[in-house]
Amino acid sequence: MDLKDKLISSFMAFENNIDVEHSVHDIRTAAMKNFETRGFPSKKEENWKYTSLNSLQKTDFSIFPREENTLEYKDVKKYFIHEIDTYKIVFVDGIYSSYLSETTHDGVDICLMSAALTKPMYKQVIDVYFNKIASKDESLTSLNTAFSREGAYIYIPKNKMPKKPVEILHFATGNEASLMLQPRNLIVVEENAELQVIERHQSLTSNEVLTNSVTEIFAAKSAIVDYYKIQNDNSTASLIDNTYIDQKDKSVVKIHSFCFGGKLTRNNLNFYQNGEFIDSTLKGVTILGEKQHVDHHTLVHHKQPNCESHQDYKGIYGENSTGVFNGKIIVDKIAQKTDAFQQNNNILISDKATINSKPQLEIFADDVKCSHGCTIGQLDNEALFYLQTRGIPEKEARALLMYAFANNVLASVRIPELKTRINKLIAKKLGVNLGFDL
Amino acid sequence: MAYTEEELKKELETKEYEYGFYTDIESDTFPPGLNEEVVIAISKKKEEPEWMTLWRLEAFKYWKEMEEPEWANVHYEKPDFQAISYYSAPNSKPKYDSLDDVDPELLDTFKRLGISVDEQKKLSGVAVDIVMDSVSVATSFKKTLAEKGIIFCSISEAIREHPELVKKYMGSVVPKRDNFYAALNSAVFSDGSFCYIPKGVRCPMELSTYFRINQAGTGQFERTLVIAEEGSYVSYLEGCTAPSRDENQLHAAVVELVAMDDAEIKYSTVQNWFPGNKEGKGGVFNFVTKRGLCEKNAKISWTQVETGSAVTWKYPSCILKGDNSIGEFYSIAVTNNFQQADTGTKMVHLGKNTRSTIISKGISAGKSQNSYRGLVQVHSRADNARNFSQCDSLLMGNECGAHTFPYIEAKNPTAMIEHEATTSKIGEDQIFYCNQRGINTEKAIALIVNGFSKEVLNKLPMEFAVEAQKLLEISLEGSVG
Repeated sequence: MDLKDKLISSFMAFENNIDVEHSVHDIRTAAMKNFETRGFPSKKEENWKYTSLNSLQKTDFSIFPREENTLEYKDVKKYFIHEIDTYKIVFVDGIYSSYLSETTHDGVDICLMSAALTKPMYKQVIDVYFNKIASKDESLTSLNTAFSREGAYIYIPKNKMPKKPVEILHFATGNEASLMLQPRNLIVVEENAELQVIERHQSLTSNEVLTNSVTEIFAAKSAIVDYYKIQNDNSTASLIDNTYIDQKDKSVVKIHSFCFGGKLTRNNLNFYQNGEFIDSTLKGVTILGEKQHVDHHTLVHHKQPNCESHQDYKGIYGENSTGVFNGKIIVDKIAQKTDAFQQNNNILISDKATINSKPQLEIFADDVKCSHGCTIGQLDNEALFYLQTRGIPEKEARALLMYAFANNVLASVRIPELKTRINKLIAKKLGVNLGFDL
Repeated sequence: MAYTEEELKKELETKEYEYGFYTDIESDTFPPGLNEEVVIAISKKKEEPEWMTLWRLEAFKYWKEMEEPEWANVHYEKPDFQAISYYSAPNSKPKYDSLDDVDPELLDTFKRLGISVDEQKKLSGVAVDIVMDSVSVATSFKKTLAEKGIIFCSISEAIREHPELVKKYMGSVVPKRDNFYAALNSAVFSDGSFCYIPKGVRCPMELSTYFRINQAGTGQFERTLVIAEEGSYVSYLEGCTAPSRDENQLHAAVVELVAMDDAEIKYSTVQNWFPGNKEGKGGVFNFVTKRGLCEKNAKISWTQVETGSAVTWKYPSCILKGDNSIGEFYSIAVTNNFQQADTGTKMVHLGKNTRSTIISKGISAGKSQNSYRGLVQVHSRADNARNFSQCDSLLMGNECGAHTFPYIEAKNPTAMIEHEATTSKIGEDQIFYCNQRGINTEKAIALIVNGFSKEVLNKLPMEFAVEAQKLLEISLEGSVG
């Protein structure tokens, strides 16, 4: 039985365990229907031209984990940004771990999707926001919507700001031979409120994991959202991350994706600017080796005038890795005075690595400033030589240059401890000790 | 009183297609429809050898199995391929020795187009092979070319007289089953130009062909084959104008360039087919496959100025097969009213040290849609491949669209690829600056557009640059909001 059939039959089993009377369930069944018609996307589709899901579909994934698994904090401590105090929403094999988590209802709601989807007190928010910005056509998003039950739920009321950043962690213990996870997150940041989130998916063994995650973010007027995605999973874990962001007037949303690992990573990042004077930032650093595959698909839809968007993606590809960047900017007719900027720089360091880049502009307004730039190249030999003449060994010199290459993206990370952590990850990934304190 | 933008807009909209007239020359036209018999009949009509007929039939077989592509960013009513007449030729077909023998009506047509065969013959030193509805009517300077061993004739003549060359190269760059329109063209191509430059010869003059779609309801299926042997050089010009017509006319041409070791081909196009009126009615459908193959140290340079056609679907490409080969693409695409253009290039780097440059300027006005679609592909053995791409779009008015779809695929770590694209409009401050120096708005716009397109215009041969500039003005001036 292939994965699609398995998912379809699992949906019936899933329905036995949830409240099918709840209004959300209509959304689930509609989404399931869409997935049934569309199935998994194939390479024939323009959006999946460079990424194949064929091998994943042949794997016999468990859709529901059999039992609750526990983890000791000391074993997984290193995956947390433990240097600072954070709220934590932790899932082990897709099931909430209250032991590892730290949630709150003190002024803000930082808790669970399962609670939000079932408890009457959240119904109002769910009715207004749930599945409102996520695509109803895209098959993988629909698949997630159909099985939506658990994930992070964050609601920040007007003029509030949580005392500390929120960490969302997903651990896969490897108790199942192969496991499919479908977390669903909903983040609502009301007017003038602020939020910082760090999200990470981590598989603890080499058993195969497939995560199909959907996150909806709603940033109301003048809201500020900082979202960091750390994707440094091991080489048997695949991640399809679908993030949808709805922005209102004067809101500022920044998404940083740090992609250092995983077997197959697909980031679908969709920004919809439904207001004026909005600022959207999408940044990413990708450093890959082995046979890893990363596909960044971004969409910034400028629907109102006077907005800005900034995209900056850096990629370093070694060994047999493949990188894809597909950045799309749409500027509607009404969206005059748009300032849309997109940049994608890549370095290939192995002769078996591949880069496919497709920066795309679709512009219907005339008074706009839109530009994109894309480069594929190597490290500057003269710069390398310069460093070597100063006594820096070649390996370190290379790492230094690559670090400098990625540094633009890091500069806008606002949590210093996180920045240090990412620097360390980069140094580790490049296989050097940079010799100075990052 | 000052000349307002509104007035400018109005003037432009009402500006009729200048070259919209219809020459009444009795034509020998096939009834509409397409099947094997028509393919065979075309072949017979052209007195082609059997291998060519079979070649056409094979292409037709492929075509029947293919589906019309829909990936391009253009929307149009698909042509009914059974409602098109696949052959049309001016009836009187004597071989002229001098211009005096040419049908005066035809001469008049050319005069109104601003091509005086006569004058060109004497003054500009351009050999003009005029294709009027698919059959070569006049060929000049043939003798001078023949002395150098250059063959410049219609493709039908080449099939008859140089079958070994045609057999060897036709379909070698654009295979019969390459795409839907290429297959169609391979099956029913009516005529076109053939050019062969022998080893080490530098073609002393610009070779040029003026195409003209004339007969109502006739698809024009041109086939061009240019072969530059080792160390040779040729500059080839192609220019087009077409009469106004209400129904859509289909044009599906195939151009193949072969540049052998150390050869250089420069291929320039000015395309000004009927774009449809300001309601978007009528106009030519232009679905063209153009591709060049570069062997070692060879260079192919495409330059195009696209101002006409209702729908354009065109990607002049270079396959950089040989080491050190160079591909260039310079393009200006102007769309106005309801025109749609999806154009760009493909640079396929296969050999080592290959280089390519892409400069594409898109100007959209009115309600038009202008897309750049390009592919830069570096294969794993193409060490030190280098590409630079620049796609700039200029938007005039807020009802048009500019789109960019660049595909960049690199499989070699020594590749250096740069791509940049910008979209902007003519700045109010730029216009103000010109106004303030006594240049009126209309002139200022022409000035700015010219400046914007200069990088490409500069690449055109002299004769063409003037015409191209004129075309830019006709299709654009005053459409600025």
